[in-house]
Amino acid sequence: MIQQERMIVVRQSEIAHHIFELTLQGQIVQEMNPGQFVHIRVSDSFEPLLRRPISIANINKEAGEVTVIYRAEGRGTSILATKQVGDEVDVLGPIGNGFPVDAIPEKGTALLVGGGIGVPPLYELSKQLNARGIRTIHVFGFATENVTFYEDQFSTLGDTHFVTVDGTKGTKGFVTDLLEELKPEFDVFYSCGPLPMLRALENFYPDKPGYLSFEERMGCGIGACFACICKTTEQQEKDYVKVCSDGPVFPKGVVQL
Amino acid sequence: MSKLSIQLPGLDLKNPIMPASGCFGFGREYAQLYDLSKLGAIMIKATTVEKRLGNPTPRVAETPAGMLNAIGLQNPGLDKVMSEELPWLERFDVPIIANVAGTLTEDYVEVARRISTAPNVKALELNISCPNVKHGGITFGTDPVIARELVEAVKAVSKVPVYVKLSPNVTNIVEIAQAVEIGGADGITMINTLVGMRLDERTGKPVIANGTGGLSGPAVKPVAIRMVYEVYKAVEIPIIGMGGVTNTQDVIDFMSAGASAVAVGTANFVDHFVCSNIIDELPAKLKELGVTHIKEIIGRSHR
Ligand SMILES: Cc1cc2nc3c(=O)[nH]c(=O)nc-3n(C[C@H](O)[C@H](O)[C@H](O)COP(=O)(O)O)c2cc1C
Repeated sequence: MIQQERMIVVRQSEIAHHIFELTLQGQIVQEMNPGQFVHIRVSDSFEPLLRRPISIANINKEAGEVTVIYRAEGRGTSILATKQVGDEVDVLGPIGNGFPVDAIPEKGTALLVGGGIGVPPLYELSKQLNARGIRTIHVFGFATENVTFYEDQFSTLGDTHFVTVDGTKGTKGFVTDLLEELKPEFDVFYSCGPLPMLRALENFYPDKPGYLSFEERMGCGIGACFACICKTTEQQEKDYVKVCSDGPVFPKGVVQL
Repeated sequence: MSKLSIQLPGLDLKNPIMPASGCFGFGREYAQLYDLSKLGAIMIKATTVEKRLGNPTPRVAETPAGMLNAIGLQNPGLDKVMSEELPWLERFDVPIIANVAGTLTEDYVEVARRISTAPNVKALELNISCPNVKHGGITFGTDPVIARELVEAVKAVSKVPVYVKLSPNVTNIVEIAQAVEIGGADGITMINTLVGMRLDERTGKPVIANGTGGLSGPAVKPVAIRMVYEVYKAVEIPIIGMGGVTNTQDVIDFMSAGASAVAVGTANFVDHFVCSNIIDELPAKLKELGVTHIKEIIGRSHR
């Protein structure tokens, strides 16, 4: 169930260039699943006005803590980056349908492909897949070395490979270049990142089941305002889906790329 | 709660607070958050004869204390609204105001004729901020003659009172208000969004795929208040005011300027419980102002 809560900041730090890791404590953590997001109001005033959708990177139900990782680039996220330990943050969530952790056979292998600020939700997913005994392979693309993060965290969960556009870390190029080289064996892929990456991935693995997490500018975040609509492919019954309430994760082939 | 009740043509309101059209869908999403029977009324999303898929994305852009939207009146179409959305809303004890849109007079007439027969639809709200394809795309709501004729045509078929939602994108809002009153409107709702544009800092191109979008939120409140203030002096029919309402004081401001009830739009995206919270806070606000019934506030700016 979606709830609105004033959560407490328990940690915040800059883990890469303009990339922040923020941990919040509150009741709504108990309802959270990998791939869902929270809709954060960064200020109690009406400036900036709208909430910011930010994906869930790490869930700790025992401690009642959730961690999100975001890039401070615009007005909203820059304000969020100034929050101190003990501050309250107005959070609506958890929102949306996340990654299906049980869409993969027991003892199977999952390929997790992330791009830039699309990497964070794959962390909680990887944790939960590993807890089920699934092997995970991580392939992440970034613009450059100084915006990469969580190498150690992912490495303890499975094989982890980086690719950067400028070659400053790992292979030079895009995730598909690296996949071409690695030729990983797997059962299901999960992905989150920019549209061109999702599109390339769908074409790259036409015969594998996969789940893609989408991003779109949002208004209400709960499905009422019709801001974050994506057109569906011809095979679908409905003409459109709402990223916020029908997604943000869809099985591959649902959304027109 | 009776100190908050308001009677308007077709509408027996428990309180003067209602979500504005397009900002609350058909209620389903917000019903997960609180009991919709609490609301004075619900203005549902614009309904057109045929389903509409709306504009390309991005459809929204944030602006200082506001936002632009160009959703494109996406809705499932009259048949689906009649067979699925309105019956679903019957579980709540709340009057529905159906927002009616179209591109030809005949479209409005068709939607009005049928939607006004739904048992929970107690009033219509004509969205005249739509381009009239017969008249070269000029907006119905910017020409007093076209606006009056549209109201006359809809009044002839509607089974419930007809409110007309005024567009603020005109030089003389009073003239349009008077024209729709002559055309037989039972009330006025105002204001719709102000046409605006935001440019991308890097490319210099509009952020919204449609180019322009409608500005809403706190940024528009002074414009809306001014317009309600002017129209109140010029017409006899009641006004439902809106534009940038986020809290109880905003409601008092709109009612002071002349609104008999108040709609809340964009604020529902920011504080999802805003309508419910305002309803809870109003009695204390009235006490503070020393009034026994909220009706006493209506039009006090003019006395
Ligand atoms: C996303 C969005 C969708 C809207 N859709 C409609 C609509 O379908 N019909 C309509 O008459 N007004 C529509 N409006 C206008 C609102 O009902 C309201 O008149 C306007 O937003 C001003 O109020 P506010 O500042 O409280 O949002 C829409 C506004 C927004 C922000």
